[in-house]
Amino acid sequence: MAREVSRRRKTVVTIIAWAIGLLIFFPILWTILTSFKTEAEAIADPPSLFFFDWTLENYEVVGERSNYGKFLWNSVILAVGSTIFGLMIAIPSAWSMAFQPGKRTKDVMMWMLSTKMMPAVGVLFPIYILARNTGLFDTHILLIVVLMLMNLPIIIWMLYTYFKEIPVDILEAARMDGASLKSEIIYVLTPMALPGIASTMLLNIILAWNEAFWTLNLTTINAAPLTAFIASYSSPEGLFYAKLSAASTMAIAPILIMGWFSQKQLVRGLTFGAVK
Amino acid sequence: MLSKKTLGLTTAIAIVAATGAHAESLTIATVNNGDMIRMQGLTEDFTKKTGHTVEWVTLEENVLRQRVTTDISTKGGQFDITTIGMYETPIWGKNGWLVALDDMSAEYDVDDILPAMRGGLSVDGTLYAAPFYGESSMIMYRTDLMEKAGLEMPDAPTWEFVADAARKMTDKDGEVYGICLRGKAGWGENMAFLTATANAFGARWFDDNWNAQFDTDAWKNTLNFYIDLMNDAGPPGAANNGFNENLALFQQGKCGMWIDATVAASFVTNPTDSTVADKVGFALAPDTGLGKRGNWLWAWALAIPAGTQKEAAAKEFIEWATSKEYIELVAEKEGWANVPPGSRTSLYENPEYQKVPFAKMTLESINSADPTNPTVDPVPYVGVQFAAIPEFAGIATQVGQEFSAALAGQQTAEEALAKAQALTNDEMEAAGYK
Repeated sequence: MAREVSRRRKTVVTIIAWAIGLLIFFPILWTILTSFKTEAEAIADPPSLFFFDWTLENYEVVGERSNYGKFLWNSVILAVGSTIFGLMIAIPSAWSMAFQPGKRTKDVMMWMLSTKMMPAVGVLFPIYILARNTGLFDTHILLIVVLMLMNLPIIIWMLYTYFKEIPVDILEAARMDGASLKSEIIYVLTPMALPGIASTMLLNIILAWNEAFWTLNLTTINAAPLTAFIASYSSPEGLFYAKLSAASTMAIAPILIMGWFSQKQLVRGLTFGAVK
Repeated sequence: MLSKKTLGLTTAIAIVAATGAHAESLTIATVNNGDMIRMQGLTEDFTKKTGHTVEWVTLEENVLRQRVTTDISTKGGQFDITTIGMYETPIWGKNGWLVALDDMSAEYDVDDILPAMRGGLSVDGTLYAAPFYGESSMIMYRTDLMEKAGLEMPDAPTWEFVADAARKMTDKDGEVYGICLRGKAGWGENMAFLTATANAFGARWFDDNWNAQFDTDAWKNTLNFYIDLMNDAGPPGAANNGFNENLALFQQGKCGMWIDATVAASFVTNPTDSTVADKVGFALAPDTGLGKRGNWLWAWALAIPAGTQKEAAAKEFIEWATSKEYIELVAEKEGWANVPPGSRTSLYENPEYQKVPFAKMTLESINSADPTNPTVDPVPYVGVQFAAIPEFAGIATQVGQEFSAALAGQQTAEEALAKAQALTNDEMEAAGYK
């Protein structure tokens, strides 16, 4: 009896979970479907879900008009570059805050988080002028630094929470065995915190990939990533929804596939330490 | 005797020498409109003629505006040419942000630019942006539905006629709505249409002392007329419809009439995209007998930001893209219906172009718009569907949200007008006009 109830409950929960999942995924699915329609079918009312003349025309047009490979390459460089740079700063910072907290550590952490509370446009002019004066406008290095700084508070906070879960005794044991600070971080702390570091890394890559304020404002041609690629297909006067959908699909595909393959890691990392 | 190869090489060198010692690479910011996409495809012709190459940065309209404003005001120098509209040109020109286009070549024939366009893109008689294509607004209507309703559309109808026809054409069960108008909030969306319409109803944004005028009967009449008409004869969810949404509805045969940008005429008469391509007629935007028509004036123009290092090459590009030859090039490759409209007088004198069904009405609409004298009562600003002051975009977007909410039935027209009046006066006071 009890087993039957729990099985029924499991079915209900599964159905609800699938329904919510599909609901959340629907806009993406709709974008992907629209990208295979003609412009006339893309605006048809009532719309057809699957039964339309599938066409690759939009992808051909987008491929012909834009240098997709260049935008993609820029996105990869910016996302990976800012993540690696960010982790190089965040791991030692989170280590010191988790294991060697000072009197003001909590305040410092709150202060770091507070930088996220200001709207980005508030510092657009100073950063624009800095970029102009240093000659770094429209370069990878500028975007990597800006994106890194933007995500740094979040990744320090995430790593801090993961590091807090690691018993300090283990680190002390390593120290007793004569491990230096460097080898303590590299050989003891990092392997134990790997799931946490991995999910922080993934989240940071996703955040950097999707960032659309700085990447649009600080680039023109050389360093413009996929956000600029999508933006170029939005039209104030003209119906180009199918082409816009094709461009969007091409822009989200790499990150979607990466997320798909690493979802186990991501979920584990994100829920790490959530249940005590 | 010279070999073929040597001859070729010599010619190539001669061409490079003739076209200027150094070929430049120009960065041009633009939007993703059909005519601009066509221009990008034809850039090779420019490169062949001048040796300069072109890099395009295509952005969403509002992003483009923000991007270019930031760049120009910090003298970033990222763009050599930018696409701007009739709203920004006089403001930016006055600020000294744009290079004056007062030394165009004789072949360019600057006097051929339509006077309304030239006036709207100039400050004190100096041209600051060259029109790539221009537009006004007009009525596009379904000839078959008009006939079915037993009516005949005059060339210059009144709002009374349009409202009556819209109600008669409506068949909500058959998903045919008599009239489709903009309802989506935004200074360039519903407020472009409503500001132009208000002019025909005798309303205005400001009096001579920059006091907001939303508490007048003229505005009350405008907004109530619009909301009643849309409730009776408009499509459902009209408060979310902008240019593109209404274009989609019209192309699917769901609108009896649509009052919007003249540039839409080439879309709705194109049989590949439009199901009603052979059943579309055109008429001037309506009036109410007060002497002003509700049709606007707009240009997508090319301008040179003051920070550029490549002014000479940029001017060469603008001359190429807005020339008579460019229009001929497009006509030759894509047909006369696809040439950028509304910029040059000579285009409308061309017998080939006169055969295009919407050519005559487009020109008449453009000619009947008067940005320097847009309203029945005098105003301190220039612009038909906008007031060319820097504060307008922000204020009109907020007012547009109130009007859009009134159309959606979330508040009454009177409530929306009261809020618009208060917020406009507040903003104008903060900006130092009063």
